[in-house]
Amino acid sequence: MSQDHPAARSLDRSDDAAPPHAHTDGAQHAAPHGLLRWLMTTNHKDIGSMYLIFSLFMFFVGGAMILAVRAELFQPGLQLMQPEFFNQLIGVHALVMIFAALMPAATGFANWQIPLMIGAPDMALPRINNWGFWLLPPAAVLLMLPFALAVFGIGDGALATGWTFYAPLSVQGGIGVDFAIFAVHILGVSSILGSINIIVTIFNLRAPGMTMMKLPLFCWGWLVTAFLLIATIPVLAGAVTMLLTDRHFGTSFFNAAGGGDPILFQHLFWFFGHPEVYILLLPVWGLMPHVLATFSRKPVYGYKAQVYSFIAIGVLAVVVWAHHFFTAGLPVPALLYFMYSTMAISLPLAVLFYCWIATMWRGAMSFETPMLFAQGFIVLFGIAGLTGLVLADVAADAQYHHSYFVVAHFHYALFAGGIMGVMTGAYYWLPKWTGHMFDERLGKAHFWLTVISFNLTFMPQFFLGLAGMPRRIPDYALQFAEFNAISTVGAFILGLSQLIFAWNVVKSIRGARNGLPRADERVWEGAQGLEWELSSPPPHHSWEVQPVVK
Amino acid sequence: MTTAQPPLRSPPDHRRLIVKLLALVAAAFAFGFALVPLYNVFCEATGLNGKTATKIGVGGLNAPTAAGAAAAPASRIDRNRIVTVEFTGTVMPGLPWEMRPLTGRLDLHPGELHQAIFLVHNSSSTAIVGQAVPSVSPGQAAQHFEKLDCFCFKQQTLAPGETREMPLTFIVKPEIDADIRTITLSYAFFNVAESAAATGSAR
Ligand SMILES: [Cu+2]
Repeated sequence: MSQDHPAARSLDRSDDAAPPHAHTDGAQHAAPHGLLRWLMTTNHKDIGSMYLIFSLFMFFVGGAMILAVRAELFQPGLQLMQPEFFNQLIGVHALVMIFAALMPAATGFANWQIPLMIGAPDMALPRINNWGFWLLPPAAVLLMLPFALAVFGIGDGALATGWTFYAPLSVQGGIGVDFAIFAVHILGVSSILGSINIIVTIFNLRAPGMTMMKLPLFCWGWLVTAFLLIATIPVLAGAVTMLLTDRHFGTSFFNAAGGGDPILFQHLFWFFGHPEVYILLLPVWGLMPHVLATFSRKPVYGYKAQVYSFIAIGVLAVVVWAHHFFTAGLPVPALLYFMYSTMAISLPLAVLFYCWIATMWRGAMSFETPMLFAQGFIVLFGIAGLTGLVLADVAADAQYHHSYFVVAHFHYALFAGGIMGVMTGAYYWLPKWTGHMFDERLGKAHFWLTVISFNLTFMPQFFLGLAGMPRRIPDYALQFAEFNAISTVGAFILGLSQLIFAWNVVKSIRGARNGLPRADERVWEGAQGLEWELSSPPPHHSWEVQPVVK
Repeated sequence: MTTAQPPLRSPPDHRRLIVKLLALVAAAFAFGFALVPLYNVFCEATGLNGKTATKIGVGGLNAPTAAGAAAAPASRIDRNRIVTVEFTGTVMPGLPWEMRPLTGRLDLHPGELHQAIFLVHNSSSTAIVGQAVPSVSPGQAAQHFEKLDCFCFKQQTLAPGETREMPLTFIVKPEIDADIRTITLSYAFFNVAESAAATGSAR
């Protein structure tokens, strides 16, 4: 957050229309200071910043967990931890990264950017916005509290079932499962509140003249995400609620003794779980064309095609879930249906790839840090897509299922696709938010270290999976030792490289004190859109008079 | 949905949209729970997923079905085929019993009436009620695996130290797929009292 506007808090729009740039902050409001300001803020920029800071913090928490796991896997045999603790770390790592790092990062982007991009004075439901954020920290604490409780001899640690909560293991698990169930409930409420807010904002607060087909692609990506969240998070909430009642209230949804069925849990979970992948990725696919167009100094290619692809992916997302458990014993017609429908998703995705490349085609390209991350994203996310096609093949999946091939695949999707996509957006918008450029040399170092160590970490895991190493085990056969050692070395470089990013963000916030130049309105030479017509940083209340889009 | 009104100072009424979106949330939540009966109906109707069409005793979600089928015993025996049926049984945690099939495997012609016996022993010093839950694999075979009588149809009470032979009478129907040569029937015995009571973590 910038230091220029210390106080202003509320969405007080009663003051008469002032020209957007002339509205000076602070002075006329008696607003709380310090911690209370952040606790009570309803300003989309404040809330966006809180989401992003929380996300970055949890990114390092989840990263630390998995570095402990990778350290254990450095050599075969058990060196650092018992298998129970290992199981807890992998499951909580996944939940933290998905729900507390990636999703809040995307929501932080939405909070900051959507009002700026559509010319709205704020989000439509500012108080709900505040609630949406402040539900997150307690949920994160709930998720991880069992680790601490176990230290004091209460319970046997955190969720040890992996992030998927599969029954019957989760029906029998310790208190960690209950804590995780409540955490998921709270996180779910938070993301549904966020989604409703984003949909209402986009539908009702667009600047005059901004039709839906002039809506910036980032907003389109988020719009589809928000609808996916509303359609699937309640199903997850229902599934974990059934799990809770199976555990404590004698129901038998998943308990075979009472006529329940554990496979039912897998259906319910993945009805949410597959769309969740696109929930994580659609905001990134939305921001990608903005970055590519900016640094190619060309308009976005295929706007309509991208919008329709987003919608097509959103629709397909909810009808392909069973590809996550091809090996659970599904009937052949179901296998065929889920195989072909899954593969069909690659068509709209291929359209997106085509549009990204066509946007850059013959452009006057330059490779500042955001553009570098965008390039890394396209190549590595492409690998995720191709290996996903392999896994979608029922016959091949019988071999790859539950192996490290899967682990490598979804980290190409969610680290290279998700995290590197978020980094793209963060570097792209950071000067707009702080008012100062970041350190370009540090940014480039961050990119190259990330891209090299990422491949060092996860490329060997493809080979491990092909060779038959199962995932979610703390120990392994001797023949897997070399690749695991390489992967662990890569993981530590990858994890430590992310500290460069944190430092770069701090430098950009400190701005002039770190000798970084001020950012002008447009920040990047080729940037197009309403958000670049505001000063950097934008005034605390922006677009109080909505612009008119022609 | 879109803004037809003038831009500012008359904030659009969000309430209608919010109500619609909340209704969507509620519908999705209800859909999750509706999947439970739908799933069971689907599995029982098709016999997919290894759920055999039988009665299951303890307050389960499965409605009893296929009672009428018992009245029509093997009308036709397919002597050209041999199908192997394997039997296995496990006792789930929380039930101090032991279980093993006296008949490990049977080679039979589809349509023949057969009996298999499981030996179940209560190794604890208290009387316990248990419930066996069957599962057939491959799942496609389940709908053609007809249990005429089974100890899994009702709860079983074993006195302390008691050992009992528990019978199962069944037919593999001739309609079974030609490429299924081996069927595995496995039972899992559960402690009824423990699963019915509101137990916390079993570990
Ligand atoms: Cu999926």
